[in-house]
Amino acid sequence: MAETLLELSAISKTYPGVRALDDVNLRVCRGEVLGLIGENGAGKSTLMRVLAGVIAPSAGAIRIGGNEHSRMTVSEATQCGIAFVHQELNLFENLDVAANVFIGREKLAGGPLKLVNNAEMHARVTPLLDRLGADFTPGTLVENLSIAERQMVEIAKALSIDARVIIMDEPTSSLTISETERLLEVIADLKAHGISVIYISHRLGEIMSCADRVVVLRDGRTVGELARDELSHAAMIRLMIGRDLKALYTPPAHAPQPGGCDIAGVVTTAFPDRQINLSVRRGEILGLAGLVGAGRTSLARAVFGVDPLLGGEIRVDNMPVGVASPRDAIRQGIYLVPEDRKKSGLVLELPIRENVTLASLLDQARMWLVNGTAERKIAKDQARRLSIKAPSVDIEVVTLSGGNQQKVVLGKWLSMQPRVMFFDEPTRGIDVGAKSEIYALMRSLADQGVAIVMISSDMEEVIGVSDRVAVMHEGSVSGVLERDQFSEYNVLRLAVGQALETMEAAAP
Amino acid sequence: MMKKELGLFLLLAVISAITGAINPAFLSFVNLLNMANLIGLFGVFALGEGLVIITGGIDLSLGSMFALLGVVFIDLLTTYQVPWPLALLLVLMGGLALGGIQGFLITRLKMQPFIVTLCGLLIYRGAARYYTSDSTRGFGYGDEASTLSNIASGNVAGIPNTFIFLIILALILGVLLHRSVYGRWLYAVGKNEEAARFSGINTNIVIATAYVISGGLAGVSTVMFVFYTNSVSPSSFGNFYELYAIAAAVLGGCSLRGGEGSILGIVLGTALLQVLQNLVNILGIPNSLNFAVMGTVILIGVLADQQLQARRRRKAALAGLARTAPKSKENTRLQNAAPHGAAALPTTTSDQA
Repeated sequence: MAETLLELSAISKTYPGVRALDDVNLRVCRGEVLGLIGENGAGKSTLMRVLAGVIAPSAGAIRIGGNEHSRMTVSEATQCGIAFVHQELNLFENLDVAANVFIGREKLAGGPLKLVNNAEMHARVTPLLDRLGADFTPGTLVENLSIAERQMVEIAKALSIDARVIIMDEPTSSLTISETERLLEVIADLKAHGISVIYISHRLGEIMSCADRVVVLRDGRTVGELARDELSHAAMIRLMIGRDLKALYTPPAHAPQPGGCDIAGVVTTAFPDRQINLSVRRGEILGLAGLVGAGRTSLARAVFGVDPLLGGEIRVDNMPVGVASPRDAIRQGIYLVPEDRKKSGLVLELPIRENVTLASLLDQARMWLVNGTAERKIAKDQARRLSIKAPSVDIEVVTLSGGNQQKVVLGKWLSMQPRVMFFDEPTRGIDVGAKSEIYALMRSLADQGVAIVMISSDMEEVIGVSDRVAVMHEGSVSGVLERDQFSEYNVLRLAVGQALETMEAAAP
Repeated sequence: MMKKELGLFLLLAVISAITGAINPAFLSFVNLLNMANLIGLFGVFALGEGLVIITGGIDLSLGSMFALLGVVFIDLLTTYQVPWPLALLLVLMGGLALGGIQGFLITRLKMQPFIVTLCGLLIYRGAARYYTSDSTRGFGYGDEASTLSNIASGNVAGIPNTFIFLIILALILGVLLHRSVYGRWLYAVGKNEEAARFSGINTNIVIATAYVISGGLAGVSTVMFVFYTNSVSPSSFGNFYELYAIAAAVLGGCSLRGGEGSILGIVLGTALLQVLQNLVNILGIPNSLNFAVMGTVILIGVLADQQLQARRRRKAALAGLARTAPKSKENTRLQNAAPHGAAALPTTTSDQA
C-alpha cells in the first residue's frame, strides 16, 4: 500500500465568517479504502468538493499523479481519475443507463451530423454493468431503477472514465441491509482492481468492515487517523467529539408542567416500518438530535400535518388531536419553524408585515376584509419584540439577512397562541448574535408554558440549549438523555445506533 | 406597486393623444362610446383570467365557454321559452360549474392548468358545435328577453351598460383582491404555495376559487356578448378571446409566474388593447396588421417592465447593503435612489410610444 496516489496538503477553505476547512491533510494510496468520518458539519463534504473540483480551496495544494494543483476544475478532476458518487444522486431519470453513463461525453456517429451512437454506448456499458453484478441493461430508464441500482449506475460512470479514486458520500443512507452488503462487495472488488475509494459515512459499522484506514475530521480540521488494526467504535467516536461546549444553557424558570405534546406510536412516510414515541412537557425544550436522514424532519412534518400520518396518535395537553393539514395543526396551536425558511417559511417577495400576519390574517379580519391597522400593529410589535433589523415592516423579506428572515418566521407564530412549537434547524446559516437571540427567545417561550421541540444537527446547540435530548436513529427514538447524561459522546453513540450502557462501560 | 399602473396609464394617454392628433375622429364621442362598450365586453372576463394568472395558472377555455354557454342560453330563451331571469341564472351557474370542474382537476387531481383548460377549450367548443349541429343560433323576431337585452346592451346617459358592469365588477374584485384576506392569500399562494400551506392556508381552495370566479365571469361575459352579436355561431363565437384576456392581464402587470398583478392594471390593459385595435382602423393601417400591432406592443411593454423591475431590484439590493453601512451613507444613497427611480419610468414608457 505504499504507493501514494493522491495527496491533499494544508487545504483551507474560508467563507465569510466561517472556516470550513483548516489546514487539512489527506493521503490516499492506490487500491485503498479510506474511511472519512466526522460529525455533521465537520467539513467532510466540503473537502470532497474541493477534491472533485466543485469548489476552490482558499489555500493548500492537491498533488495527484506527480502533478501539483493549487485548485482543480471539475474536468481536471475527471481527467485525473477522480469520480464522485453523490449523496443525492445526480442522474437524469428520463434518460437510460447508457446515456447517463456517457452524459456530456456521448459517443458520436454520422460525422458532421453529430448523431448519438446508442449502439456503441450500450456495448461499452454492458461489460461495466456485468462487472458490478447489476441485473439491469444499459437501455433501462433510470426512473425505473431503485436507489441502490442508481448508485451502481454512478459507479459504472466512474469506471467508464477509468477512475482511480471514487468518492462515495453517504452511499448507504437510503439502502436496505442487503443492498448495503452488495455495495460493500462492489467496493472490495474495486479495491482488488487497484481502485481507491474514499468512503464517507456516519455508519461506523460499515466503516469498520470496509475501511483500511480512517481519517477523522472535526470543525474543519484533521483530528486523527486510525489504521485498520486500531479501528473500534469507541476510538472513532472519541476522535469525532471533544469540543469544549460553551455554557449556553439557561435553566428554565420553573419545572416543566404537565401537558404538552405526546407523540405515541407515530409512523411517518419516511420510515413506514418504524414507530416513534416522544413526549415534551410544557415549559420544556426538548432537543431532537440524530444524524441527517434519521427521520427528525419527517416527524416534524407529520406532526404539523404536511405529510400524512401513517399510524399512531398525537396528543396535546392529553387530548388527541387530528392533524390532516397544517391548518389543523395550527388550529391546535402546533407550529413549525421549517428547516428551509426560504422555501417553506416565507413568501420572500412579500413585505415583513404580510409575512408576519399570513397565518393569523383571518383572525383579525372583519367580514373577510384585512384590518390594516391591526395588521400593522401586530407586525410592528413582533418586529420590536424580536428586534428585526429593517427600516420598516413594509420592506420585502428577501432583502433581509438570514437571521432577520428567521425572526420574521418566528414573528408569524409568536403573534398567535403557540402550545407546541417545532424548530427545525432554527439557527442554520445564521450569525452568532442572532443565534443567541433565538435561543433566548426559545427559553422565554418555554417559560411561558410552550412545549418546544428543537431539531438540531449542531451539537453545541443540542447540548447547550436543551433541557432533555431525544436522539433518533433510522426512524425511531434510540434514547432520551437527561441533563446530567448530556455529552457529545452519548448523543453520538445513540445517533449511530449504539446502546448507552455498553458505551458507558467502554468509556475511559 | 402603483408605478406599473401609472406607467400603463401614461402609455394609454400618450397613444390616445397621438392618435387623436392624427385623426380627430378617434376622440369623437361616438368612437369613445364604442370603445367603452368593447372595453366593457372584453374587460369582464379578463378580470377572471387575471385572478387565475395570479395563482400562477392560466385559463385557456374562456372563448369556448362563451360558445357553449351562449348556444345553451339562446336555446333556453327561444326553444324552451324559459323566463329570462332563470336562463340568466342557469348560464351563470354553468360558468361557475365549469370553472369548478377545472379548479378541481387542477388542485385535487394535480393536473397542469395549461392542459386542463386547453382540453376545456377543445371540449366546450366541440360540445357547442355538436349541440347545435354547427348551425348558428339567434333570436327570432320575437322579443324574448327584451328586458335583459336592454340591460345587457343598453346604456345609461349614453354610457354603455357593459362598461358600467365592468366598473362595478372591477370595484368588487378590487376589494376582493386588494383588501380581503382571500386576496392576500391569492398573492401568497401565487408567489410561494408551499410557504402558504405551511402558514395554514388551504391552498387548494384558494386556487380552485380563482377558477370558479373566472368561470362565473365567463358566464356574465357570455350574456353580454350574446346580446352584442344577437346570434351565436358555435364554431367562431368567442374564438381566441381567452388570448385577449391573457394579453390584457399580462399587459396590465400580471406575471405568468404568479403572485403579481392588480385589478386596475388588468382594466387598463384591456383598455389599451381595445385602443390599439381601434387605432388600427382609425389610422387606416391595414386591418390585417391588427394582431401584429397588438403583439408588438405587448412584447415591448413586458420587456420594458422587466428591465425596470431588474433596475428597481438592483437599487433595493444597494439600499439593503447601505442599511448595514454607516448611517450617513445610507441616507444619501436612499435620497439619490428615489428620484432617479421615479424619473426613469416616464422616460422609458414614452420610448415605447
